[in-house]
Parts: sequence; structure tokens; C-alpha cells
Amino acid sequence: MSSPAKLIVAAVVACIYLLVVLLAAGVVLGSGLEGEEQALFSAVLEHRLGAVVMIALVACVFLFLMLRAAHEFLVLLPARAAEEAGAMLEEPATRLTLRGSGELRALIVAVNRLAEQRHARDEDIEARIRAANAAAEADRNRFAVLMSELAQGVIVCNPDGRVLLYNRRARALFAGSAGQGMAALGLGRSIYGVFDRHLIAYALENIDVRRRNHRHFVTATESGRLLRVLVAPIPEAGAKAVDAAEAGAAHGISGYMTMIEDMTETFDSESTRDQMLQELTESSRGPVGNLRAAAETLHDYADMSVEDHQRFLGVVRDEAEGLADRIEAAARKYAAVLKARWPLEEMLGSDLVTAARQRIADRHPVQVSLEDVDPEVWIKVDGFSLLQAMTYLAARLHDEYQIRDLKLRLTRDGEMAQIDLIWSGVFMSTETVMTWELDPMTVAGESSPLTVRDVVERNGAEVWFQRDHAAYRAFFRFLLPAISGQVEAASSAIAAMVDSRPEFYDFDLFKAEETGLALDDRLLAQLSYTVFDTETTGLEPSAGDEIIQIGAVRIVNRRLLSHEAYEQLIDPLRSLPAQSVKIHGITAEMLDGRPPIAQVLPVFRAFVADTVLVAHNAAFDMRFLELKEASTGIRFDRPVLDTFLLSAVLFPNQETHRLEAIAERLGVSVLGRHTAVGDAIVTAEVFLKMLPLLADKGIRTLGQAREASEKTYHARIRY
Amino acid sequence: MAMKILIADDEPNIVISLEFLLKREGYEVVVAHNGAEALERVRAERPDLAILDVMMPLRNGFEVCQDLRQDPEFKNLRIMMLTAKGRDTEVSKGLALGADVYMTKPFSTRELLAKVKTLIDRA
Repeated sequence: MSSPAKLIVAAVVACIYLLVVLLAAGVVLGSGLEGEEQALFSAVLEHRLGAVVMIALVACVFLFLMLRAAHEFLVLLPARAAEEAGAMLEEPATRLTLRGSGELRALIVAVNRLAEQRHARDEDIEARIRAANAAAEADRNRFAVLMSELAQGVIVCNPDGRVLLYNRRARALFAGSAGQGMAALGLGRSIYGVFDRHLIAYALENIDVRRRNHRHFVTATESGRLLRVLVAPIPEAGAKAVDAAEAGAAHGISGYMTMIEDMTETFDSESTRDQMLQELTESSRGPVGNLRAAAETLHDYADMSVEDHQRFLGVVRDEAEGLADRIEAAARKYAAVLKARWPLEEMLGSDLVTAARQRIADRHPVQVSLEDVDPEVWIKVDGFSLLQAMTYLAARLHDEYQIRDLKLRLTRDGEMAQIDLIWSGVFMSTETVMTWELDPMTVAGESSPLTVRDVVERNGAEVWFQRDHAAYRAFFRFLLPAISGQVEAASSAIAAMVDSRPEFYDFDLFKAEETGLALDDRLLAQLSYTVFDTETTGLEPSAGDEIIQIGAVRIVNRRLLSHEAYEQLIDPLRSLPAQSVKIHGITAEMLDGRPPIAQVLPVFRAFVADTVLVAHNAAFDMRFLELKEASTGIRFDRPVLDTFLLSAVLFPNQETHRLEAIAERLGVSVLGRHTAVGDAIVTAEVFLKMLPLLADKGIRTLGQAREASEKTYHARIRY
Repeated sequence: MAMKILIADDEPNIVISLEFLLKREGYEVVVAHNGAEALERVRAERPDLAILDVMMPLRNGFEVCQDLRQDPEFKNLRIMMLTAKGRDTEVSKGLALGADVYMTKPFSTRELLAKVKTLIDRA
């Protein structure tokens, strides 16, 4: 019962009670009176009735006022407090207003204190959760940095073989392979797209027998690189190795990791070495056999004729000479292999100079300063041996000529970088200094079997001593191979990739897929999508218009993976209408030499494998693909969602569902429209924003989304 | 009557030594410089022992050995193979194809003569 109703009921009941009391009083007074008394009572009553009624009315009004005040104080104030308490559940920062009776006030104070306590506790818990999340996030990022810096490729999978993480190196290893391998590696994809399922299964089976070990196999990529792959299981969190061993079977594994090494070059150089060794031994057997037979005959048959003797000596001389040449050639070849194998690293020249300054100053009482160091020069060197050489030269300058002030300079000269070790005042003869080059380097008790000359050769460099009479200075100049600006570009590209690194992993994928559920019953939020767009020569596929570009990005676990984009220009094998060039800006020259659609579709199909297709106005793009089915045999039978139709589901009263309009409505910024990948990215972002809105409307599964799309008015328009 | 030995090798520097040694040991020596010539000379000269180098032009030692072993006419012919390779697989192949003895260069001349003597005596 509402509180005004309560007040009215109470007032009516009170008034009736008053009237009943008055009537009862009247009846009591009037009953039992006789004759005159009764006449008198009636007269009095008649005479005073007005006053009695007035008194009764005033009493009623008074009663009502009293009740209203009591209602206000005893009912309304607690009711408001209750409302405020209700609101406080939603908005924990608000408090109850202090009012009403003393008892009510006491209650309100107690409630407020409880709320205070709860609020503080909630905040504490939230802060702890935030801290824990931040720590986990930091761990993950550290881990991701570690992964991305590894020289080996790493791919981590859940037990179903879904990829949870891969690093840059892994991507690079497979990026080289043309065609389907390129599209095969991606978060949430199956690792079996990259490795033969049987190889992995075999490796895992063998691991299961005795736990805690790992397994290798060797395989080759499409582009012919030779890979050595280590497979190691990842035990389930908390599962002890012993338990797992007892269990014996595949459970206890929450996934596995593969580490991939490119052994193409190692293998090449090893096989070159083996081949050389074999060649040398086999090709020596014959000549040595001839030599031995001749020598033994000479020795055992000393009585032979002079003529025979001469012939045998001739054999010995010929064969000995031939052998010497052969050994010399082998040695040269081996040296070339060794040189090629020497690991040179790309580094910033200024880093090397700074390190040299530090190292020289640490080991000798010498002041080293930098002058004119070009910060842009990159070199490809064995940094450590160069540092040794510079330190060694500085040591000899100090020990033999008491030179205590040195300068280091780094300049670029065309394809070369120059590092100069400079001193002033003391000139020595070139001959003296050049002998330093040939002595084994000994610095502060550390001796090296190498000479400065060896170091220089190993680095493909040169070193010389030069005088600068005008400046009264002399210097050693190291001339080193510099590398062009491309590396800097590459390294900044790498830096850019490192910034957006988190896209390379998604541990939420660790949970195995909810297999067994029909695709239509799976939640939209958990599906993987390929969002794509095409550019075409025109709008009428049935009248001969063709696709000239396909762009696509993937969504896995509600994240847009722009790293795993697909973009391909396609030769339409027909002319390009000027009208369409205005829209997409793709010219006939750009399509020259591009593959035709028949070559592109198999790769694109591999890219979309196991995902739901999403496009804006998908019917249009799908029509182009369908028309190619007959000639290419490539069928795109994955389910399709259309952001155009979903927009009509979400905003039935809007006039337009153009991509720009929806993007604006959903707060997605539009960049690079009318390139296929640009449009695909906008569509993907729009689609991601739609997911929670669809969920609000009760559209959570793929089946529901498809059903809702079909019901919209717009879906009935055919293209 | 002196036993007859065929030497088939394209390298004159080893032929010099082998020819000299075998003649000094009292054998009659026939020389061939490639595989095809070796087959001809075996048919024409009917030696008791053929010493075949593996790496020869036209027909290699294995082929010559195989041909000879398939011909029942030469079932008493002893065959010694010489090779500059000496991989285990190659030795097995030579013996499987019917060589009686397989020698790897560089060999000791004395050992060679001893092997030749054993083979000839067996014949």
C-alpha cells in the first residue's frame, strides 16, 4: 500500500472512530430518559446540535493534521531512507541523509557506517585486483619482449594445436614462403597449417612416454628452408611432473611449445665442410697410392735400370707436386668457409666507439675523449675483437710512448665507416707501428692468439697508420664496412612492431575450444573472424566486372589482429574503367604482373580457413566470389555476417547504413577508405563495437545474429 | 708357364709401378687404359687375374667386374679391385659384384704382391 493511501485510510478510520464515540455518547446520554427529561434532552440536543457537529468536525480536522504529521515523521522519512539505501547499492559513493526521529537517525548512522566499511573493502579489493592484473600484464609484456628478441622462432599452442603465441622470428621464418604458408601462421589458427600434423603428433607421443623431456624433428618450409623444431610440453599449472608421469597420458598438458631454428645456413656450411673433407681424402688416395707404390718400388728394387729409376723418380716428383697444390687449394677453400661462418653483428658505430672509450679508460691510465662521432653510422662487425684491437693499440701507445690522451672519431666515407684512434705530439716510424699489427695482442695480461691483422681480416676491414702534420697529430684508422640506411629503416620497423607486440600472443586462447558445439550455437564473442573487403572494376559482377584487390584482417578473441593482414592486388585480365579508378585509385600499371584471381583465391581461402567471414555489404563481395566458383573450383562456404545488416538490426530507424555513417555513429575513426585493407579495418572495428550492442538485444550466438540479419527489411533487397 | 695378369687403370703413374713390380715377380703383364679396353683384353688375352681400378673412363671397374662375372667362360678369372675411395659401402659393393679382393689406395706394394700371389695360387 502506498504511503498516501496509508494516510487516507488512517484518517478515515480515525474520523469514523470519533463519530462512533460521539454517537455512543449521545445514545448513552439519551437512553433511559423519561417524559420531561427526554423533552428537555431533545430540546438541548436540537439547540446544541450545530455546535456538536462543529466540534466533531474540528476534532476530525485536528485528528487528520496530527496523523499527517505522524505519517510524515514515521512513514515517509523511513521510506526515503530506504530509497536512498536502495540507490546506495547502485552508487556506492552516496550516503543516507540524516533525519527523522532519534531512532531513525541512529539507524541511518549505522547504515552509513556499514556502507563506509563496505566501500573501503571494495576499493581495497579492486586495488589489489588492479595491482595483480598490472603485475600479470607486466609479466606478460616482459615475456613477450623476451620472446620477440629470441633468435629462434617460438610458437606456443594449446592442446588442440591452436596458436596462442608466436614471435617475430617465427613469423619471419614462414613469411618467406610464398602462398599458403604466409597465411598459415596466426593467433588462434591451427599450428598444423604450418607443420605437418603427424610430425607434431609423433613428437608429442614420444614425449608422453617419459615426461619432462622434449623432442626434435627436422622439416622444411615451402620455400625450402630447413628447420629444426623442438617440441616441449607445457605442464598444466599446479600439476606436478610426478602426477603427470603417473597419469601417463596426454592430460596434464595445457599446451606445448615449439622452438624453431633455421638450420639452412648451418647445414650448408657444415655440408660444405664435410664435402671438402671427403673430397680432400678421396682425391688424395690416388696420388698417394701412386707415390707410395713408386717409392716402395724404388726402395725394394734398387737394382733396376737407370732408365726405370728415372721414370720412378719422375712419378714421385709429379705426384708430390700435385698433392701440394691440392692441399693448398683445400686450405684456401676452408678458410673462405671459416670466414663466412664468422658471426658479424650489425651495430651502431657510435655504440662501438663508446664501448672502446670505456674499455681503454678502464684498463689504462689514459684519458679518452670522443670527437666528431657520427650517430647515424651502422657497421657490420665482430665487435668484441675490434674492441680488443683498439684497446691493444692504445696500450702500446701508452706503454711505449707514454701517450695519455687519446681521441676517438667515427665518420662515414661512402660505403665505409672510419674509426680513428688519434693522439697528438708523438710521431713514430710507420715501420715500428706496422709491426704492432703482426704481434699477438696482449692487453693487461689477457693475451689473444689473434693479431690486429687477423681481427681486421676477420671483419673485412683495413687498418693503417697516418700522420696529420698540419694538426700535429697522428692516428690509426680502422676502415670498416658500413651498412646502408635500410637497416635503420628495418630496425625502426622492428621498433614499431615491438610497440604493438601484444598482438603476437593471446593466452586466453589457452582454454581449449568448446568443441562439439555447432557453429551457430557458438558465442559471437568467442569466434574467429576474417573481415574483408574487395575493390572491383565496377558494380556488376554478372556483367563482367572483376575483383582487383582483396584486403582482409582477422579478429580473434575480440581483438583485431592488424599484423595478420592480407592484401593482394589482382590482375582482372580486362580493362579498368576510368570511373572505377576514381574510387579506388588503383591504376592499370599497379595491376601489371599481379597474379590473376585463379591464383589468388586458393591463398585467400587458406587465410580465411576456420573463421567466420565479415564484410560490409557482404552480399556484393560474396557475389563476386561465387561467380568465380565455377572456374576456380574454390568455394567460400564459411558463414558470413554483414555489418550493413547488423547495423539495420541495431539501428532500425536510421536512414543510412553506409560504412562511414555507421563508423561515425559508433565512434570509429575512418582512415584510408577505399583501400581494401583500410576498409576491412574500419569494418572490423565497427563489427567489434557492434558485439556488445547486439548482446544487449539478446543476440549472442552466431545463429541468432544470422537470424536477426535475415529478418531485417534490408536483407530482402537482392543484389 | 708364367701366369698372366691384366692391369686396367687410366693413371699411368700407378701402371708404371704395378707393371714393373709384377714383371719382376715373374708374371706376364697386359695393360688396359679404360674399362672397355679391359674387357677386350680379358677376352683376347685370357689372363688369370684382372686388377681393375674403379674409376676408369668408358666402363668403370664395377661394370667390368659385373660383366665378367656374368660370363661363365671367366668363372676361373680372379679379380682384384683397386679404389681411391675406400668407403665401406663401396668395398661391399665391389665384393658383392664378384671381386675376390678389394684394395684401397694408397696400398703397400708388398701387401699387393702377397695378395696377388695368394689369388694366383688358388687358381
